[in-house]
Amino acid sequence: MQKTGIQMVSRPYERAFEAYAMAHPEVLCLSADLTSSCEIDKFRDKHPDKFLSLGMAEQNMLSFAGGLGMAGFRPFLHTFGVFLYRRPYDQLMASIAYPRRKVRLMGFLPGVTTPGGMTHQAIEDISVMRSIPNMTILETGDATEVESICEAADSIDGPVYCRVLRGSVPRLFDTPIEVGKMRELALGEDVLIVTAGITTEEALRARGALEQKGVSVRHLHLNTIKPFDAKAMLDHIQSVKGGVVTLENHVTEGGIGSLLAEIMADNGVGKRLVRLGLKDTYAHGGSRGYLMKYYGLDATALVAGVEDLLGTQLGITEDDLTTARVDAVHSTVKAEGL
Amino acid sequence: MAMIRRNAKTTEEIALGIRRRVFEHAMHNNGGYLSQACSSAEQLAWLYNEQLELGAPTLPMIPKPFGGVPSADNPTYHTGAGYNGPERSDLDRLFIAPAHYALVAYATLIEVGRMAPEGLEMFNKDGSSVEMIGAEHSPGMEVHNGTLGIGFSTAAGLAWARKRKKETGKTWVFMSDGEVQEGQTWEAIQCAAHHGIDNLYAIMDVNRQQCDGAMSSVMDVGDIKTKMENFGAVVVSIDGHKLDEMRDAVAEKHKGKPLIILANTSPFRGMPTLQRRFPRLHYVRFKSEEERAEMNHDIARALGVDPVDYQGAH
Repeated sequence: MQKTGIQMVSRPYERAFEAYAMAHPEVLCLSADLTSSCEIDKFRDKHPDKFLSLGMAEQNMLSFAGGLGMAGFRPFLHTFGVFLYRRPYDQLMASIAYPRRKVRLMGFLPGVTTPGGMTHQAIEDISVMRSIPNMTILETGDATEVESICEAADSIDGPVYCRVLRGSVPRLFDTPIEVGKMRELALGEDVLIVTAGITTEEALRARGALEQKGVSVRHLHLNTIKPFDAKAMLDHIQSVKGGVVTLENHVTEGGIGSLLAEIMADNGVGKRLVRLGLKDTYAHGGSRGYLMKYYGLDATALVAGVEDLLGTQLGITEDDLTTARVDAVHSTVKAEGL
Repeated sequence: MAMIRRNAKTTEEIALGIRRRVFEHAMHNNGGYLSQACSSAEQLAWLYNEQLELGAPTLPMIPKPFGGVPSADNPTYHTGAGYNGPERSDLDRLFIAPAHYALVAYATLIEVGRMAPEGLEMFNKDGSSVEMIGAEHSPGMEVHNGTLGIGFSTAAGLAWARKRKKETGKTWVFMSDGEVQEGQTWEAIQCAAHHGIDNLYAIMDVNRQQCDGAMSSVMDVGDIKTKMENFGAVVVSIDGHKLDEMRDAVAEKHKGKPLIILANTSPFRGMPTLQRRFPRLHYVRFKSEEERAEMNHDIARALGVDPVDYQGAH
């Protein structure tokens, strides 16, 4: 097995948010009873005049944030992603999205990154947010993107929903998020692989093995999901001989798989698309590694997707994939509790 | 299958047993939902040992592994309600509204002979149905309640339907006070009162704690009793560690209204050493080997058991 040698960064959001918020007087920190779980507990203790505790009352928090936005503040809302849109969907529409308030929705524990089961797992958030007019969607895939998410989010002239990683996060990139610009990680000519968030690390694990078997991979990482530069993506799709594989920490409907499908259909691209992710199912509670394997969101699933696309077996085994990181459910870098 | 005999143990013994099991589990796993056991042990022990009319379990004593989520392609899917016995018109139903109390609820099932002790060893293990945040397929659960504030509404709907169907069984909800921060709780109470749903009962663990800390510091909720009465419930406020007060409270007349018992509790009850961790009690993970050893020694002594040998555990 190969070793990745990837640097792990502990709680990148905690430092980045404090630095950004303290440099911008209009930024406020809002929390819904998940303060340490969203790595803003130190901020609360050090900067109480910029912190608002809103309790477990998300419907109120979203409309309240709309009011703050009317007065020129730019509130950053912190809770698990799922609690930012499921219960308070009506408030999200009426108080934030429609009037284009500059509200920054910081959604932690996206997809299967939480062991909390169905009620805690935001598996359709991108689908919901993509269909909301005026909404911008950003997703972090490594520590550098987490470190730059506050500035990126706050540059948006309107509301923005961010999928934020917490705890121990790998550093994969050395340049900050540039809103609207995808990362070109490989420019091969056979297959286009499109990933975002935690699935990019899985694609990096699979890529070496695919290349060794002679598959020339073009790999793009998305940190901006909406709005989207369809023209740039179309150029990449047309640059590969085969088709496209998407792998997302999300259901395969409405997320980046659907985004690619729309671009391909809109432009009459006659190539195959294999969409990998949660296949019309809820997940359940378990560790991230277990869930990614169980639901086919990992490097192994990606290899199978490429094989499906190429119509051939590549003979790649688990041992050929770059070593996965294993995080303990109760690791010391994880904020307590759910 | 043999009927579960209530009162085989005293309710006090069951409450102590719940605390012991949750303590042992937390020691082995370097943390857990300890304060919830401290505050709610008497309530859950009283519900299962005295109050609820339940039949014998219909699911195996050792829980089956996770069997998939509900879908048209999963015809054998079932919830964990079978640990509370069969669904029958004359029997009671229970919802554990705060799914974060799952560890305590599982310990209760073991203490009252509805689940094997092995069930707790499966807690939060990959591929297990005994989930950390109780899922609807977890033992003793019938719906997902991990998104807080939905439990009382579901129970109100079920209770209304059972009344319409002339069922005599009661519908009970075990609640937590943090839930009253959610607007839905108030919608549920006004609805239950409006529709005269008086076969609906709740006991709420009022321990004044939530994930971020003391509720008064996170979002103060004021006088819960008066507010609930104003929304239309009959409310009795008791010492949640005194069983006689529970027994009296449930006899309160509440024709045409739901009955809610506010059980005022201490999050350190039975484990006084936990007080040192106040106000961060939601999930207690030991900060050092020293603290773990000290808690092990002190809490074991308070509960009248030997310290846990957790060497070799993680």
